[in-house]
Amino acid sequence: MIAPEVEIQVIASVVAVTCAIPGVFLVLRRMALMSDAISHSILLGIALGFLVAEDTSSPLLILAAAATGVVTVALVEVLNGTHLVKEDAAIGLVFPALFSIGVIIISRYAGDVHLDIDAVLLGELVFAPFDRLIIDGMDLGPRILWVMGTILLLNVIFIVLFYKEIKLSTFDAALAGALGFSPAVIHYLFMSLVSVTAVGAFDAVGSILVVALMIAPPASAYLLTDRLPWMIALSAGLGVLGAWSGYWLSYALDVSVAGSMATMTGVIFGITFLLAPQRGVVATARRRVRQKWEFAATMLAIHLLNHEDSPDADEESRVAHLQKHLRWDPAFAEGVVRRAERRGWVINPSNERLRLTDRGRSVARETTSA
Amino acid sequence: MAIPLTELFTDYTLRTVALGAAALGTVSGSLGTFAVLRKQSLLGDAISHAALPGIALAFLLTGSKAPFVLVLGAAIAGWIGTLVVMAVVGATRIKEDSALGIVLSVFFGIGLVLLTYIQKLPNASQAGLDRFLFGQAATMLERDVIVIAGLGAVALLVTGLFWKEFKLLSFDRDFGATVGFPMRFVDVVLTSMLVISIVIGLQTVGVVLMSAMVVAPAAAARQWTDRTGGMFILAGIFGAVAGVSGAMVSSTAARLPTGPTIVLCMSAIVLLSLTIAPNRGLVWAWFRRQHARRALRVDAVLRDLEALAGQHATPGHGHPLATLEAMRVGHGNVSRSLGKLEERGFARRLPNGDWALTDRGAREAARLHESGNGGAA
Repeated sequence: MIAPEVEIQVIASVVAVTCAIPGVFLVLRRMALMSDAISHSILLGIALGFLVAEDTSSPLLILAAAATGVVTVALVEVLNGTHLVKEDAAIGLVFPALFSIGVIIISRYAGDVHLDIDAVLLGELVFAPFDRLIIDGMDLGPRILWVMGTILLLNVIFIVLFYKEIKLSTFDAALAGALGFSPAVIHYLFMSLVSVTAVGAFDAVGSILVVALMIAPPASAYLLTDRLPWMIALSAGLGVLGAWSGYWLSYALDVSVAGSMATMTGVIFGITFLLAPQRGVVATARRRVRQKWEFAATMLAIHLLNHEDSPDADEESRVAHLQKHLRWDPAFAEGVVRRAERRGWVINPSNERLRLTDRGRSVARETTSA
Repeated sequence: MAIPLTELFTDYTLRTVALGAAALGTVSGSLGTFAVLRKQSLLGDAISHAALPGIALAFLLTGSKAPFVLVLGAAIAGWIGTLVVMAVVGATRIKEDSALGIVLSVFFGIGLVLLTYIQKLPNASQAGLDRFLFGQAATMLERDVIVIAGLGAVALLVTGLFWKEFKLLSFDRDFGATVGFPMRFVDVVLTSMLVISIVIGLQTVGVVLMSAMVVAPAAAARQWTDRTGGMFILAGIFGAVAGVSGAMVSSTAARLPTGPTIVLCMSAIVLLSLTIAPNRGLVWAWFRRQHARRALRVDAVLRDLEALAGQHATPGHGHPLATLEAMRVGHGNVSRSLGKLEERGFARRLPNGDWALTDRGAREAARLHESGNGGAA
């Protein structure tokens, strides 16, 4: 038998990849918070399934939970359709109500059995390896691994089969409709998939980690790439990374596994947010600074071109004069001149008197004529 | 299962819980008005989840479980969560929904890590911190109520002082900035008040359900009024009613947790408001639609009469009901529409049972043409 900690990491990786695939589209379709709504309201489905089946291991619970997820989506749409509340409020009205009913049912009718609200929300990944799938006395590994593996397969099949349709309806719903794919059908199919994924995953990792795994890795990937296939692959990779590092964090500190994994997906997002090559905060700030200097150097070239061959050329091309005419402070003017010199746009032969080079002249002309 | 109305005044625990729930419902309900108007309903969800690590850290740092300390920690964490959402939305192309989702799940995860860490500490009297997850109104003490009411009063007072600015922020932020109000500062103040209104309820309703206490009363109040002031007051009342009734209902039965019961009471108020609120409610909308449809039908029959009259030289020429019905197959009851026309003097019934256009009816039909009212013609 494989060591439980290895199995936990394998389970967590499968869950992370399974969540990342629908998560990418949730993020792109601006419906990230539907994952929050669904992962909470499925509690009602579980409670109702339990009332009927009176057995926590019955597959009816999973079915009812997935159905509640879809019902949540439908209720939000219905509420939206009345135009009496905005979409964000519709989500905020539906899932707390369904969740409350679920909590009440569980605490009234299922208080004695192992159907713990804490476990639903927070997950018990540590115990997952001990719930094994045994057929004919053969130990086939943790049950949840099979469940999540199946859901992962479903997700992959859906994306492969409907890649074109879901891509189009995500980026241009109107065009999708005009071409004859019903965005509504895709929407409900996709949201059913999100529900099934959430139901399968929350059993292992709890509903909050489902939200973290569905949103944080795709959002990080969104900052790293502009291509959909890459975004899916990166989300899956970052999700796995978050799951692994989270596991070791929880191991080191002896704290909640699901909480640590959620924390690590957040840390990964934070790093991407700051350091992403194109869209990170640092890169954006550096680009802004560079653009500011670039713009100023071009301004300088245009200024010199304007006054070239005019009577006041001597006066206008003095570095000190830039302060007056362009309202640059001395230090900034010095910097701009240095930069323009380095680019070979201007020369400064008899200190204080700037002259445009041919290159500088053509830059200024190109900019003004563009 | 009688609702213990008298016990509300005699039973100490129930009175405390009801008072606390009422105070909390009033504050979160009324301040939720701005969240709903600004389409920030789900910000409350993020704030309440983000508060969890603050509670744990406040306990870790001070070792105290005094409600004020924990609420302060929750407020700071919730506030930081809001700032993170704003920073992510402002600095990258990530949209608000994803930013909210990340903040709520990651902060909650950090909170769980801290809570489980605290549980492992030796001698820590951490018992009771996890009641913030789902709320436990039954354990509410007088000092909790004092904190709720005190902080809530501050939040309401500040809202009163900034009333004009908050309204400006909610409806026309750009105009406010143009006329010289520091809108960013106003935004920070309003968000801070929202944070306060949320964190004071965490202990009662829990982080998962607290967002409902912000969204639902305001969404219900919106149906009854078009004025911000009215909506603010009404949302406060709805919140208080839901709080008190939820507390009372849950005290009547064993194992009926308070937080979810309060939320369900609130949901009932929302449902009722969506259906029966005057003007906006679904029932009224339905009646209005029926009325409009009937009016269109009557107009259409009038037009048919006019068209028929145009084919005859004599103005008062009668036409059989069957002809008119044939012109409107599948468009409802023609004889009822004719009755309406007769009531208004636009049509009259000839002795032989046929229908004819009156002079007034001819003028009305001409007016319909002129006003360009295409209707169901």
